[in-house]
Amino acid sequence: MADADAALDRRPWFLLAPALLAIAFLVIVPMSFILVYSFYENVDLAVDKVAFQFSNWQALFHDSYYRVAIWKTLRLSVIVTMLAAVLGYIPAYFIAMTTFRHRWLLLLLLILPFWVSFIIRTMSWIHILGNEGALNGILMWLGLIQAPLQMMYQEGTVIIGFLHVFLPYMILNVYVSLEGIDRNLEPAARTLGATPWQAFREVTLPLSMPGLAAGCLLVFVLTGGSYVTPLILGGPRDFLFGNLIHDAVVSELNWPMGATLSFTLLVLLGLVVVAYSRVMGLNQLSKAFR
Amino acid sequence: MKKMDSTKRYEILRERMGNGDVDRRTFMGLMGAAGITAGVSGGVMVGMARQARAAGTSLYFEGWGGVVSEALRKHAFDPYEAASGNTVIDSTFGGEGEVLTKIKAAGNTDGHNILHSSGVSWYKRWVDAGYGSELNEANIPNLANVMDAIIKPFRKITPDSLSAVPYDYGTTGIAYNTKHVTKEEAEALGANLLLKKELKGKIGGWGDAANRAWYGALQSDQDPNNITDWDAVWDKVRESRDLVLKYWSSGAELMDLLAKEEIYVTEAWSGRVAALQDQGHPIGYIDPKNGLAWMESMFVLKGSPMAEAEELLNFMLDPATSLAVAEGQKYPSSLDPNKVAMTDMIKALPAYDATGTLSNLVFRDPVVWNPLEKDYTAAWNRIAKGG
Repeated sequence: MADADAALDRRPWFLLAPALLAIAFLVIVPMSFILVYSFYENVDLAVDKVAFQFSNWQALFHDSYYRVAIWKTLRLSVIVTMLAAVLGYIPAYFIAMTTFRHRWLLLLLLILPFWVSFIIRTMSWIHILGNEGALNGILMWLGLIQAPLQMMYQEGTVIIGFLHVFLPYMILNVYVSLEGIDRNLEPAARTLGATPWQAFREVTLPLSMPGLAAGCLLVFVLTGGSYVTPLILGGPRDFLFGNLIHDAVVSELNWPMGATLSFTLLVLLGLVVVAYSRVMGLNQLSKAFR
Repeated sequence: MKKMDSTKRYEILRERMGNGDVDRRTFMGLMGAAGITAGVSGGVMVGMARQARAAGTSLYFEGWGGVVSEALRKHAFDPYEAASGNTVIDSTFGGEGEVLTKIKAAGNTDGHNILHSSGVSWYKRWVDAGYGSELNEANIPNLANVMDAIIKPFRKITPDSLSAVPYDYGTTGIAYNTKHVTKEEAEALGANLLLKKELKGKIGGWGDAANRAWYGALQSDQDPNNITDWDAVWDKVRESRDLVLKYWSSGAELMDLLAKEEIYVTEAWSGRVAALQDQGHPIGYIDPKNGLAWMESMFVLKGSPMAEAEELLNFMLDPATSLAVAEGQKYPSSLDPNKVAMTDMIKALPAYDATGTLSNLVFRDPVVWNPLEKDYTAAWNRIAKGG
């Protein structure tokens, strides 16, 4: 009997083993290498010396250049996340509540952009917001402006680029959460005297919070780890922490510093996940997909 | 044979549109067609391509993309493949730093054979990093037609044997939109045109550290190959940064910004400006005093199939091939005009040197610049971001 219990206790570990091994070899081991590399010394471009020294970490903690980048990254990630939450909730609500028979078509439209390369989707804004882009063309054709408006290569363009790419993640998460809500709850609230807005605010919105929070977490983390969008759509001062990693690894060929910055970004974004776990509980993530 | 995934294919399509080769309607149509084709026939085509490659030796080539890659593919690689039975698998890099990063990460040069390498500085870096090959010049008889002046800096670094053959040259001068800047003004201001406050928000720049430092030196009235006051250089770079709308990072992006009039003035690569002029855009070009000239080479990495690589280089240096590529990419050939008759189109290209001595052009001295690169690259990356 005792043997049977012991075997039963080990079963979860057997079942978890593939996932744990995958995480160990694909996440923990590579990140350990990166951590070790952060203590190496960059002697010249692309020339590193094996060492155990802290100059890269000292630079990170004492140089305001990196703190500014962290601040900019957090700030932009919060802006994009909040806008995505507001803009994403509406279509998610519509898709979840619609009586349209072919709802699958709406979901298909939602994931359709994923068929096109992320870079192309980002670059498409040049053809929309550029001097000779569609928006300027329409405004000039309507006679509202005489000369093209300068809309490209600003922070606003970077935010638009992020929203374009990450909004589907938000919508899908909120949609899944809304889909799981009993449809009778809102009418029930109405019969108890709630206005439509009150019914939404006090019944639907709280129940959809797991999905909204999961979407926020995803958008925040994805934005915080980006670097291509500011490169393509931003001006000289539009950059995120990821751009510093790109600079260190590809431009300065300083892998130890790149490793230091990469590990820092991992920790920062990890802290966001920990904070989320404290506030919402990570089990809420799974609720969003029930 | 082009080695590309769907993303790269889309990027090239978009680049062609930026270059003015494809109109918007065709672009959208081809995007849709490419998506369907990739989905339906991608797997089959990949399989067939593998079989085709198995027939001969594959040479992996990495270059600058856009009109440059198109010229090489059309005038050099396709004819070479037909003549030799070997395959050239070409792709675009974002800079040699990217290739070096990949090679370093992989720990070997597998999948990397020949680079369209930029300048003597990078030649020295590749050699110093231990990736230089030893070309057997007896297998490249067309090397005899190449200008002595353009080979000399490479031989100075590796006196015993070359790892690359010089292939073309050009300048990084100043491009300006003639609707907004006159030729007289551009010539009068020279490098300081890029500091004209009235053009704020309409100025572009190449986001390359060495180039920024070079132009900072020009703007602070210093000899770029003998900079004595780096603070003055960075002050000028900061002054320029505050006026710039966008630092571009590729030839296609440069052409797009100028063609769409997002910017009116910028540093620019001579060949890309010639391509824009060819398309009818109102773009003028000047080389300011001490403007930056550069030479590009076909660098063969250590571990490559040398006999085939030498055969390809010899084919590329054949006058008929070299001149056709020069006309296509709009950069003058490295062949000596005193030995090989140049076409009128090549003679009219910006930066063309009819003497075959390159004495009118100022190149970056690798002995001066390479030891400083670590510092000035880090400095520039900070300044670019507001530092």
